[in-house]
Amino acid sequence: MLKINNLHVKLEEEDKRILKGVDLEVPAGKVHAIMGPNGSGKSTLSYVLSGRDGYEVTEGDATLDGEELLDMEPEERAAAGLFLAFQYPVEIPGVGNMTFLRTAVNAQRKARGEEEMSAADFLKFVRAKAKDLKIDADMLKRPVNVGFSGGEKKRNEILQMAMLEPKMCILDETDSGLDVDAMKLVSEGVNALRDEGRSFLVITHYQRLLDHIKPDVVHIMAAGRIVKSGGPELALEVENNGYADILAEIDA
Amino acid sequence: MSTAVKTQAGQISADARPASGAWAAEARTDAASRLAAMGLPTRRDEYWKWTRPDSLISAAPATAEVFDNQGEPLVFHEIDRLKLVFVDGVFDADASDDLEGEGLEIERLSTASEKDIHWAKDLYGVLETAGQTPVQSPLAVYNSAMATDGVVVRVTGKPTRPVSLIYRHEDSASDVILHHVIKVEEGATLTLLENGAAAARFNQVTEVDVAKGAEFHHVRAQGRDHDRQAITHIFARVDAEATFKSFTMTVNGKLTRNECVIDIIGDDAVAHIAGAALGDGAENEFHHDDTVFITHDAVACESRQVFKKVLKNGAKGVFQGKILVKPDAQKTDGYQKSQSLLLDDDASFQAKPELEIYADDVICSHGSTTGAIDEEALFYLRSRGVPTPIATDLLVLAFLADAIEEIEDEDIAAEVTGRLDAWLTRRRG
Ligand SMILES: Nc1ncnc2c1ncn2[C@@H]1O[C@H](COP(=O)(O)OP(=O)(O)O)[C@@H](O)[C@H]1O
Ligand SMILES: [Mg+2]
Repeated sequence: MLKINNLHVKLEEEDKRILKGVDLEVPAGKVHAIMGPNGSGKSTLSYVLSGRDGYEVTEGDATLDGEELLDMEPEERAAAGLFLAFQYPVEIPGVGNMTFLRTAVNAQRKARGEEEMSAADFLKFVRAKAKDLKIDADMLKRPVNVGFSGGEKKRNEILQMAMLEPKMCILDETDSGLDVDAMKLVSEGVNALRDEGRSFLVITHYQRLLDHIKPDVVHIMAAGRIVKSGGPELALEVENNGYADILAEIDA
Repeated sequence: MSTAVKTQAGQISADARPASGAWAAEARTDAASRLAAMGLPTRRDEYWKWTRPDSLISAAPATAEVFDNQGEPLVFHEIDRLKLVFVDGVFDADASDDLEGEGLEIERLSTASEKDIHWAKDLYGVLETAGQTPVQSPLAVYNSAMATDGVVVRVTGKPTRPVSLIYRHEDSASDVILHHVIKVEEGATLTLLENGAAAARFNQVTEVDVAKGAEFHHVRAQGRDHDRQAITHIFARVDAEATFKSFTMTVNGKLTRNECVIDIIGDDAVAHIAGAALGDGAENEFHHDDTVFITHDAVACESRQVFKKVLKNGAKGVFQGKILVKPDAQKTDGYQKSQSLLLDDDASFQAKPELEIYADDVICSHGSTTGAIDEEALFYLRSRGVPTPIATDLLVLAFLADAIEEIEDEDIAAEVTGRLDAWLTRRRG
């Protein structure tokens, strides 16, 4: 599904190298997790994959089902099935959440040559998905993420994911700032989407989330590279001992 | 009696005034002599620094191609209203509804001005004259002298439907001067709608007297005609516990200057004026100027100015707004917001926000900003699959939302938002 090959990325504006040769492959239907210390480049990886400005790819590539991702505009990547649940969801004053969701759903349908959803069908669709995530009518009416609590913002990300039905979902610290109940809701939302045709890349600091969303593979990222990969037990090791041991082992 | 007006060759003059009955003739002569003393605006005038008056004061207007809206229903078409139609400034009785409504007296200015006595005498040119301070508006004075028609409306009750002035433009050289007088009597309520391309060049004055406890709501749509040159003035007098609200949306047009002068004369009154303008300089020039003077001369009154402009491809926006608080106008709550969203580097916006406060117990603030599209928000939308043009338009509508929120009636506000959305959509093709 997602193949990242020797990806090197620097900031566009300054001479700062952030990703220094990332290699990663997430097969269809699998859940991979990325853990790693703050500043190791996890969010940068997710942004570069989704096409945010400000980064320059100096080497390597990334493909989604064989299609070269890095040549596409962000909206094309989304239409191709890529979705990023933001670490910091953006507030958009003046744009109603419902309008936002409808515009996004219809834009993607259009890009895929499907017909736009009627207002009535859309309403039914969004209500059903929102209910699962305990998102009330008020949250749908309010401007996108404006005045939302941390947990509400993250649930809103998952709502978007549920509605857009992407095939490659990247979740960037979706668990941060969530209490136990919200964590459960979000995990259930993600698990409900698990499917043979859909893959997940879950970026997190904590084992906690991975108790709910069971990963197939865990990668450790440090200083802009994947330094170690393993099974779910790797997350436990991090949880118990921190990154120091792993990093020392690599340096050795 | 005639008053010679000093104008230069090639400029408009108030010499040949329309024939009128006694009161109107007197008002016109008075205006002509005031204009003679004042002179036409020049670029040296403080409030004409950013907007060239030349095309508004030339003897003849530049021709303006009649805009083909390709069958799009006119703005407000779904709103139940009393329709009055002017075609190039000429009243079209056949296309208009009967001049009567519950709680309303409506007449054409041309009819009213033939009479020897008329209630409009106390307002016509009178609010305009009062509105010459703090800043002179010579083109409004010119209008008082020269207006050929308009409507005079007296409201004594609460009419169920808005009065709707519909303008049509069929003559590419029409030079139209209309003057409306509106008197909303104590406790009465009126909603006034205006829309449609009016002329090649349009000079409009609306005088509004909002009596004690009365309400006046005004929603105006300018556009989508491209060649329009328009100078409009609203002069409002707002008495105690009254409400005055005016909103204008403007799209396209070569030159549009909307002036509004509001005098708040009674305690606990409310005056809101708002505007949302969308301009693309690529197809034509686009120059939009909002010039507003609000004077607080009573206790505990609230005024709001909310102006938003979205500009691109060399489009120019101007905002000049002043809140003047007289010494006795304690507990004034005055607020002015003027913002522009520049979609590229060619567009420009100039603002002159002013507060002049002589009372000590007041809350007044103003904020003028110029900004670009929020890149974070744009990326967020695009990452959800929304193509850049659609995402940009969503953010444009969001930017205009606070101005549109000033419209009190929900159906009318929805019509305005829907129209802007539709116009943005059609431009995306
Ligand atoms: N736009 C940016 N401007 C400056 N520094 C940046 C920018 N984006 C990322 N960085 C830097 O790159 C490094 C990696 O950041 P990030 O990808 O956010 O890490 P993580 O998500 O793993 O905590 C950090 O040192 C961060 O400060
Ligand atoms: Mg991060």
